[in-house]
Amino acid sequence: MTTMTNWLLDDSPSSRLQASLGHSYRVTRMLMRNPLAVVGALILLVLILAAIFAPWIAPHSPLGQNLGQRLLPPSAAHWMGTDELGRDIFSRVIYGARITLLIVAMVAVISAPLGLLIGAISGYFGGWVDKAMMGVTDVFLSMPKLILALAFVAALGPGIENAIIAIAITSWPAYARIARAETLTFRNSEFISAMRLLGASHTRIITGHVLPLCTSSMIVRVTLDMAGIILTAAGLGFLGLGAQPPLPEWGAMISRGRAFILDQWWVATMPGFAIIIVSLGFCFLGDGLRDVLDPKQGGKS
Amino acid sequence: MSAIILKDLDISYGHTKVVEGVNIEVAEGESFALVGESGSGKSTILKAIAGLAPDWSGEISVLGQPRGRSVDQGFATRCQMVFQDPYGSLHPRKSVDTVLSEPLKIHGLGNRDARVIEMLAAVGLDQRFRFRYPHQLSGGQRQRVAIARALMLEPKVMLLDEPTSALDVSVQAEILNLLKKLRREQGLTYLMVTHNLPVVSFMCDRMAVMNKGRIVEIAPATALHDGSFTDPYTQSLYAASGGNPDRKD
Amino acid sequence: MSHSHQSEQAPLLELENLRVSFPTPQGRVEVVKGLSFTLGRERLGIVGESGSGKSMTGRAILRLVRSPGRQQADRMVFDGIDLAGLSERKMRDLRGARISMIMQDPKFSLNPVMTIGAQIAEALKTHETLARREIKSRVLEMLHSVRINDPERVVNLYPHEVSGGMGQRIMIAMMLIPRPDLLIADEPTSALDVSVQAQVLDLIDELVRDKGMGLILISHDLNLVARYCDRILVMHAGEVVESCAAEDLHKATHPYTQGLLAAVPRMEETREELPVLDRSAWSGT
Ligand SMILES: Nc1ncnc2c1ncn2[C@@H]1O[C@H](COP(=O)(O)OP(=O)(O)O)[C@@H](O)[C@H]1O
Ligand SMILES: Nc1ncnc2c1ncn2[C@@H]1O[C@H](COP(=O)(O)OP(=O)(O)O)[C@@H](O)[C@H]1O
Ligand SMILES: [Mg+2]
Ligand SMILES: [Mg+2]
Repeated sequence: MTTMTNWLLDDSPSSRLQASLGHSYRVTRMLMRNPLAVVGALILLVLILAAIFAPWIAPHSPLGQNLGQRLLPPSAAHWMGTDELGRDIFSRVIYGARITLLIVAMVAVISAPLGLLIGAISGYFGGWVDKAMMGVTDVFLSMPKLILALAFVAALGPGIENAIIAIAITSWPAYARIARAETLTFRNSEFISAMRLLGASHTRIITGHVLPLCTSSMIVRVTLDMAGIILTAAGLGFLGLGAQPPLPEWGAMISRGRAFILDQWWVATMPGFAIIIVSLGFCFLGDGLRDVLDPKQGGKS
Repeated sequence: MSAIILKDLDISYGHTKVVEGVNIEVAEGESFALVGESGSGKSTILKAIAGLAPDWSGEISVLGQPRGRSVDQGFATRCQMVFQDPYGSLHPRKSVDTVLSEPLKIHGLGNRDARVIEMLAAVGLDQRFRFRYPHQLSGGQRQRVAIARALMLEPKVMLLDEPTSALDVSVQAEILNLLKKLRREQGLTYLMVTHNLPVVSFMCDRMAVMNKGRIVEIAPATALHDGSFTDPYTQSLYAASGGNPDRKD
Repeated sequence: MSHSHQSEQAPLLELENLRVSFPTPQGRVEVVKGLSFTLGRERLGIVGESGSGKSMTGRAILRLVRSPGRQQADRMVFDGIDLAGLSERKMRDLRGARISMIMQDPKFSLNPVMTIGAQIAEALKTHETLARREIKSRVLEMLHSVRINDPERVVNLYPHEVSGGMGQRIMIAMMLIPRPDLLIADEPTSALDVSVQAQVLDLIDELVRDKGMGLILISHDLNLVARYCDRILVMHAGEVVESCAAEDLHKATHPYTQGLLAAVPRMEETREELPVLDRSAWSGT
């Protein structure tokens, strides 16, 4: 074990592999020292495991109705009770993890790279390219996220795919702003000039040298934003514009449970807890990542 | 053939002209110094030669080829630059190995591992530094990496912008020795910016003195021995640098 | 001023076994390792390469080593006052008033949103209570004595409106206006051009002599320190390797000092290669 650690922490690695593994190991170790980040990571791990192993974890089918067991309170048979159609809420929450994870992953995959690229290009070239691109970005930024998403979903029609697209479209401008600000701090630096002098094309400099420097603040920001994305998705679901019944989406579940909130509180509260816990998990992890990855705020203690 | 020719060179940033009417001719294999106080336009001249300050008029040619307004690939293999700040001239997230392989990748050159290993040896860096990141290197080691990067494409002309002014004297001595050795071995031409006159005496054959964007005097480096300068500004610069204490006694 | 006669003989600053340490993953590491010296009303130079602990020594005298750094000393006495035992409040009163420090880069030490006149007046007001008119005349007089040509105009400027050399002179004015007994100058001219460098150092030199202050000049430049100091300490890796009178610097005995001296290029350079320090010879690391 110690020889392994020594190999990873070697100040003079002898191969590319050793150098990059050592780097990851250092980041992980620093992250592990932050208790909140560990809690966040554990919550996410649970979310991912729940999504993967939902059929084995969930005691009942998420869709199977049993009208004889409507609105039962939490018990040993139904840990979180049942809803108005007699479906086991615990099973639905577990299956709901898949939908939440899908939304989160799709939004991250679509909007983060898009924002990153637009911001980096805008900041790197400056001048009229910057003005034009940031003009468009500002138009998107100036509108409230949920309202813009609502407009898109209204135009595209309700459904989970459209909800994902709407959220992705509304979240890239913030990333573009961050990436641009980050790029501006080093666009005139000597290592970029040196690359130009070596004959590297603009494309090569942006993809190979500018983007890698923006990614860590982007990862931090996206992680912190995940809570908001989950909430927006839940909001759309709540308004009936996101995932459609009978899909076990957490927001839609709260919406249905609203009718019984006073007498059968668990129907709306249980998916609500799930949303809060997962959102908190992303926030904790994001904060921890910022301390490790973002040298401006974290410091290298 | 001259390595670098500058004719009636004017350079501006926006509306302010920062360099005016510069004429310099550097012979092949020569080491030429550009000295002057900060803000006098020394770095700007190097940037214009390198293609990083596009707003100029006049004539610039390197190894007989006039240079265009922007950076081009062919130029990269003829002329390279080493920057002043060893902390700002290396990408913070790239290992020494990546930094040195990059020029080869850009120009599609093969046999990269062998070339990187060879270049590390040439600039006096141990092989164990090959996979380190800039934050794991000292200032002098970083400057060696920057020099190695500039030499990867085997250029004949090197533009050096105060390559040692951020370093301790003992480290400066190592880097100056290295630059001198490389020039001897590879037949390089140096155009070196500095504000340190003794460094000129050690490294260079001739020097041009700049003041407020203009060249006030071009003199052989041996003029530093006795301070035989004609221009009053140069004389005051020489006096402020302490003159030659070995002569006064 | 009854104590001034005594302090002609009594040293201004006595330092014995000063240690400064920082925590690292490998445990606490000392960056100043048992430094001792006595300073009268004279000019002491501390030279060494970057990282040798010069700035930490300067800061430790003012008890300004920031956490997680830690400092300790067997004895740290300034003009009869035991600095180590002083409360933080008393120490704050002492800083600026009796011991001042000039930092390397004026850009980071001046407040960007306050005019230069206001900042210098502030430095004076925190240590003395004076009438407004008197403050104004003291500020102008001080600016004048640091050779600022047009003090009436300069007091209304903001730091970004002055050049590096002028900024450093303003710093000096700010540090000297409370009339301290000891001035610590940490690389006061490293960011400046040679011609301005000489002006600023001549100025410090003149003020120090006129007012009979003590000066600790910290620099990496051996020749500069030799020119402006009476006595020199050469530091390497947190330890003093050589202590000598400035005029004897060229007769230095320690191989490290000799190596440093030899590595400086000369105006009339005839050596084909500059001698390089063989670090393994004495440092062991
Ligand atoms: N990117 C820039 N934009 C505008 N002015 C600049 C820029 N870079 C340098 N300058 C100005 O050009 C002048 C010359 O600068 P520089 O060539 O860097 O001087 P030196 O290298 O001799 O210290 C200075 O007055 C400086 O303020
Ligand atoms: N905050 C800190 N944490 C850890 N080490 C530090 C810190 N500040 C300074 N050091 C170390 O203290 C040593 C001495 O620093 P310093 O006194 O600033 O050197 P210099 O002689 O260049 O002024 C250096 O090796 C530096 O790495
Ligand atoms: Mg310059
Ligand atoms: Mg220092």
